[in-house]
Amino acid sequence: MNLAWREIRHNSGRFVFTGVGLGLLLGVVLSMIGIYRGMVVDALTIARTPDVDLWVVEANSRGPFAESSRIPGDTREAVARMPGVTAAGSVTYQSVEATAGGRKMRLYVIGYEPGRPGGPAEIIVGRGLGRSHFEIVADRSSKLVPGDVVTFGRDRYTVVGLTAYHVSSGGDPAAFVTLRDAQQFQAELDPAAVRLQAARGAGSGSIDTVSAVIARLAPAASVEAVAAGIARWKHLSAIAQADQEAILTGSHIDRARRQIGLFTGLLLAVSAVVIALIIYTMTMEKLKQIATLKLIGAPDRTITAMIVQQALALGLIGFFMGWALIVAIKDIFPRRIVLDTDNVTQLGIVIVAVCLLASGLGVRAALKVDPATALGG
Amino acid sequence: MAQERTPLVSVRGVSKHYGEGAARVDALKGVSIDIFPREVVALLGPSGSGKTTLLNVIGCIIDPSGGALDLDGERVFDNGKWLRDDLRRLRLEKIGFIFQAHNLLPFLDATDNVAVALELAGHSQSAARRRAVELLDYLEIGHRRDAMPAKLSGGEAQRVAIARALANSPRIILADEPTAALDSKRAQIVMELLRKLAAEQDASIIAVTHDEKIFGYFDRVCHLRDGVIEEETRVAPAGQSV
Repeated sequence: MNLAWREIRHNSGRFVFTGVGLGLLLGVVLSMIGIYRGMVVDALTIARTPDVDLWVVEANSRGPFAESSRIPGDTREAVARMPGVTAAGSVTYQSVEATAGGRKMRLYVIGYEPGRPGGPAEIIVGRGLGRSHFEIVADRSSKLVPGDVVTFGRDRYTVVGLTAYHVSSGGDPAAFVTLRDAQQFQAELDPAAVRLQAARGAGSGSIDTVSAVIARLAPAASVEAVAAGIARWKHLSAIAQADQEAILTGSHIDRARRQIGLFTGLLLAVSAVVIALIIYTMTMEKLKQIATLKLIGAPDRTITAMIVQQALALGLIGFFMGWALIVAIKDIFPRRIVLDTDNVTQLGIVIVAVCLLASGLGVRAALKVDPATALGG
Repeated sequence: MAQERTPLVSVRGVSKHYGEGAARVDALKGVSIDIFPREVVALLGPSGSGKTTLLNVIGCIIDPSGGALDLDGERVFDNGKWLRDDLRRLRLEKIGFIFQAHNLLPFLDATDNVAVALELAGHSQSAARRRAVELLDYLEIGHRRDAMPAKLSGGEAQRVAIARALANSPRIILADEPTAALDSKRAQIVMELLRKLAAEQDASIIAVTHDEKIFGYFDRVCHLRDGVIEEETRVAPAGQSV
């Protein structure tokens, strides 16, 4: 008979209660992993949305996400004429404070040219941009709905559609507008500031600048060859899509990754200590039973198996409860929680390893029990 | 006469000391005793007299410092060392233990508390449960086979513990104050049961006890003091059922 299972069944309430407590702790570990994965996926979603092969940015810049980049708006025509380029589009990226329904919000405004690369991958509610001005497609995490009016500076934009999972690496919901609108309110100054500039004799300057030009290449075209061709224009750099993703994950969100990784490690260490203490306490409570089992002939492996199986059961109960908890409440989090099967499986393996290590203390105590202690009062 | 038969337990000049030098404590000093089949023997003595140490030595739980020990005709300890590698197996095969506070596993029902000893000896789960039920019926506690220890009275729990001690048909049963947790009526029932077992299973029963009310159920009472058997009182003819 399986002694571990029989004891768990006998003390099921206590085990489940302990498992729930452990589940809350492991749920926090899972949420940390999910938040990090969410940051990576969010960052990559924005970079992958245009579905392009090359990012043309300001020379010596790693823009437009990791660093600011500003290039002339007519760069798109030059890039589009490059051999191997099948489509090109100009885009701008900027975080903007907006007002909607009396509520202030930060939006990650993406300006693009409808009909060219750079727009949202999918509209889940409403429609895409249909007019040249004053329409907006917002991410649903902004809580905006079609028909809402959003005020940027002096201009009012109407929400015509919603996308999903388009947010900046800082978590600001994306808002797609036409390139012209984006350029307009990017350059737009407060009236008092305009008067000040005029008094100083400064011109208004050109507003036809963009953050990047993105390009799709023909299947047979070499990304490196096109990038090298663009780099010959001294004021431009070209970054391949894979490199752009590497910049985002390896550099831009690296500090967040290390921060969350350290916190996750600490939580795992706390979980290990908690599991070890629970198992040790449970073992100490049944030393007389263990002594009796030894006296009636139980080998060490039976005692060890009982403690290790209980530690594993406790860890797995906690793990699955934590998992269920996070799956149930992940949409409440302000940032996206992404739990890949791979990550969950890896944490499951780590929990099993932690349980095996944590049970060592209890096993050690149990194996030191003298069978003679079963005798006597 | 019991003395003419081969003893089931033969202790020859067994000593046991703890510590060395000024800190040395002699728990047993050259104790010798033979215990025969069907004999029910009590070890009696004040605290520190060595009775529990002697029970532990016979139960192969602690290492004697010297002397020799034969169990069921087999020499198991001599010249300062055990002659069997696996004392756990030796205990499983030859010795049953009855404890002062029954020591039933609280998470197993009565049947499984008995069956666990059988499974540890290598019986299959179904065979172990069958034999456990037989033993519980034999000890007239079969009607409580599904009860958890917490639901058993002291007497019932002690009978389940006796069934567990008998599970692997040992011929040597060691009991540590088997009636200490029972009232006098239930203590008498348990002692009658032990005498019956000794007779029917051809076993030896050795019990540590302070309970004077049950002395009449023993064939011999060995009085220990300062690590030696100071006196033996023959209470009833060996092998006679009360």
